[in-house]
Amino acid sequence: MNAPITRLFGVVIVLFALLIVWTSRWTVFEANALRNNPLNKRTLISEEKIDEGKILADDGTVLAQSVSHPDHTYTRTYPTGSLFSQAVGYAITATGQDAGLELADGQYLRGIDTGISAIIGQLGGATQVGDNVYTTLDPKAQRLALQLLAGRAGSVVALDLHTGAVKVMVSLPSYDDNNNPSAPCAAPSCSQLNDATQSEDVPGSTFKIVTAVAAIDSGTFTSDSVLDGKSPLIVSGVPLENDSNTNWGPQNLTTALVNSINTIFAQVAQQVGRATMTRYMKRFGFYSKPPIDLPPDELIASRPFSSTTGHAFAPGSPNEDIGRIGIGQGGLLVTPLQMAMVAAAVGDNGTLMVPHLTDHVVNPDGQTILTVKPIIYSQVMKASTAQAVGLMMRKVVEEGTGQAANLEGVSVAGKTGTASVGATGSNLTEPWFIGFAPAEDAQFAIAVTIDRTQGEYGGTVAAPIAAAVLKTLLSEQHG
Amino acid sequence: MTARNRELIGLIPASLLVTAGFAGVFIQRANALSNISLTYGAIFLGLCLAGHMVIRATLPYADPYMFPLVALLSSFGIVMIYRIDATDARQQAQWFVLGLLLFAATIIVFRDYRKLEHYRYLIVVVSLILLVLPRAPGIGYEANGAYLGIRIPGLFVFQPTEFAKVGLVIFLASYLRDTRQVLVQGARRILGVTVPPLKHFGPVLVIWGIAMLILILLHDVGSSLMFYGALLAVLYVATNRLSFVVIGLIAFGLGAWYIGAHVPHINDRVQEWLHPLNANLYYGKGPDGSSASSYQLANSLFAQAAGGMFGQGFGQATLTIPGTHPVAFLLPAPSTDMIYAVITDELGLFGACAVLIAYLMLIARGFKTAVLARDSFSTLLAAGLSAVLALQVFVIVGGVTRVIPLTGVTLPFISYGGSSIIANLVLLALLLLVSDRARRPA
Repeated sequence: MNAPITRLFGVVIVLFALLIVWTSRWTVFEANALRNNPLNKRTLISEEKIDEGKILADDGTVLAQSVSHPDHTYTRTYPTGSLFSQAVGYAITATGQDAGLELADGQYLRGIDTGISAIIGQLGGATQVGDNVYTTLDPKAQRLALQLLAGRAGSVVALDLHTGAVKVMVSLPSYDDNNNPSAPCAAPSCSQLNDATQSEDVPGSTFKIVTAVAAIDSGTFTSDSVLDGKSPLIVSGVPLENDSNTNWGPQNLTTALVNSINTIFAQVAQQVGRATMTRYMKRFGFYSKPPIDLPPDELIASRPFSSTTGHAFAPGSPNEDIGRIGIGQGGLLVTPLQMAMVAAAVGDNGTLMVPHLTDHVVNPDGQTILTVKPIIYSQVMKASTAQAVGLMMRKVVEEGTGQAANLEGVSVAGKTGTASVGATGSNLTEPWFIGFAPAEDAQFAIAVTIDRTQGEYGGTVAAPIAAAVLKTLLSEQHG
Repeated sequence: MTARNRELIGLIPASLLVTAGFAGVFIQRANALSNISLTYGAIFLGLCLAGHMVIRATLPYADPYMFPLVALLSSFGIVMIYRIDATDARQQAQWFVLGLLLFAATIIVFRDYRKLEHYRYLIVVVSLILLVLPRAPGIGYEANGAYLGIRIPGLFVFQPTEFAKVGLVIFLASYLRDTRQVLVQGARRILGVTVPPLKHFGPVLVIWGIAMLILILLHDVGSSLMFYGALLAVLYVATNRLSFVVIGLIAFGLGAWYIGAHVPHINDRVQEWLHPLNANLYYGKGPDGSSASSYQLANSLFAQAAGGMFGQGFGQATLTIPGTHPVAFLLPAPSTDMIYAVITDELGLFGACAVLIAYLMLIARGFKTAVLARDSFSTLLAAGLSAVLALQVFVIVGGVTRVIPLTGVTLPFISYGGSSIIANLVLLALLLLVSDRARRPA
């Protein structure tokens, strides 16, 4: 009976070999796929045990930090509450839900163990400590912007136009990221959407800057080119009126911008042509999600949409009403961030910088492990074009619709917008102001918009907010 | 060196493991060595030493490696259980004391274990009653859809299959000792296949029927596979006829396939086995409103993946879901069915392989005993007990690692559970009895 016993033991060895092969599958060969499986809560639970780094403002104000609990887990709190909630976002490690910078900079906040520290960490079971993320955000200007919005739905985005650093990113309605943001909060008083990067607003006349840039930079017009500002004008078969149906007669491009003459800019856009307009829009960043360091899900691309189908037009589509797009209508929907980028490109001699919220990352030992360097997004226009359009924008503030943005001692260049929204005759408007300051040596660009006001004008409600925020940013820079 | 001194030296690895293990868990827990923990380890080692003394006094020639290997596995088990739940570890130690008492009793009472043959029908009847007890009203209880144990409220919980497996192997060894010649000689060739005579094959068919009944009544694929595998192993050793095994496997396969398709619980287990990472199954939303849930199996795989090659270290694995009151285990049944996954999580592929190799060495010693035995009953008994032990390890580790559908049997000597530790120590006692007689100088 010995031979069958030997063979039987052989079978046992084969069975055990199977066990070892299968254990190897899960521990080695398929381990990564299993670790990354969305059903696997171990990653989340181990993240709860990480002392994640802080998120700080540019002056060191703590915007997000970890609090430890007796069971050696950590949760996040946000000392500034709803002030920075949209940009900072939230992280609920227990459920793996996160948003904003908490998501976008998660790898730094959790800390990346490399080399010897990874091995020692594994042996000792020491708490993993994350890196601190310093942002470009300016708490003083941010707080002011929030105050000036005074509870109205709207957004303020301010950029350092030489670097692309986002100094202010406010949008209302907001939410307090300390209050379990996983529970959907109720509009209109509360929203987790970051309207600065996610709203789809009609830009109205602020878009005339883009049209002017395309017109002058392509050589089709100069700031002195004269066109007929009659009203109404038939555009794409439908009459287009100036504000109050004013018949301006022949006016040059600068005066047309100062007085925001719709019919002239509609003609300009038509004569510059769909292809050229599209080219410049793309250079400004339209048609694609802005390359900012926020989660892609929290960004949308600014572009024209079909009023009949609701779908986005393909860039340069022959169905676009390019005349109306040229004055910021025609189905064009934009984000406040995109319009701040438009102003920034003009203010920075035609160079558009990639906007960013992360400034630098410091590890627990105090070493700076990452510094975000300014990156050029595109050279939108020639410097001469930027100067010409900048001068036109300066006149808007000095003499035209944007006079409320005038600042004592500082010159502001900008453009107002008052887009009609809602049904015809509803008198609902979307007031805008975009611009930069100081006009002669621009430092900061800004976009301000307020949603669905009762007939308010950009020049009266948005421009003063822009001016005050720009003033604060400039004073801080010099102070 | 005598076999017993060899055995004594063999206990050193177990003692080192207990000491290092408890120290490790304590350093991790409280950053300090506790006197209590070391006393605890010392008591456990004292028990192993007591077991050794029993063997030294009664079975001087028995295999010197089996007891140290069991001590190693048990001490490893108690450290793991302690790391998972300190209260369970204390109970496990108490069960271990009771197990050692039964171990000693088995050795003393069945000094001449061959008298077990006289009681073979009694043994098989008791075993069968034990098997169906979990289905008995009032005392049987159900876990995850399978009827795995009985519960006398306020007294104890008891898994009869652990004891039934020993009884069935004794019966098979005894029965096949008598009939093996007839089975071989009376066999006829039908269509080129050697078929045993039906008359003597009857009882074997009965076991097949029992295995199927376990499936139908208890919904327990694992135990069924274990019993039936043991039957085939003993049958094969007794007759050396591969065709019997093949016929047996086909019969089992057909039966299991038919029953699997018709008993919803078994079908659920198969679905979980095939698609453990299916999100619907994971959250217990199987097709057609079935109660299948692959949560446990999926988390077993996740735990193993977390362990990787070298593991996260003793005491490092994530066992519980933070913020739950009372504390909920991330991997259900970590100290019983799933202990292999926890071992892999903490000690990695290497640690898991070490455990499997320790089992393989123990099984090898068991088969060696079967080879050395001088009479058929002893050979069949040792081979059958070794085979059933091997199959039990395969069924639970195979279930945890998704080689086969998962069923709840314990990992012998390591898993938490009184029935398991006691029954397996009795099994060890029988193996040592056979070994002592086989190795006794003539």
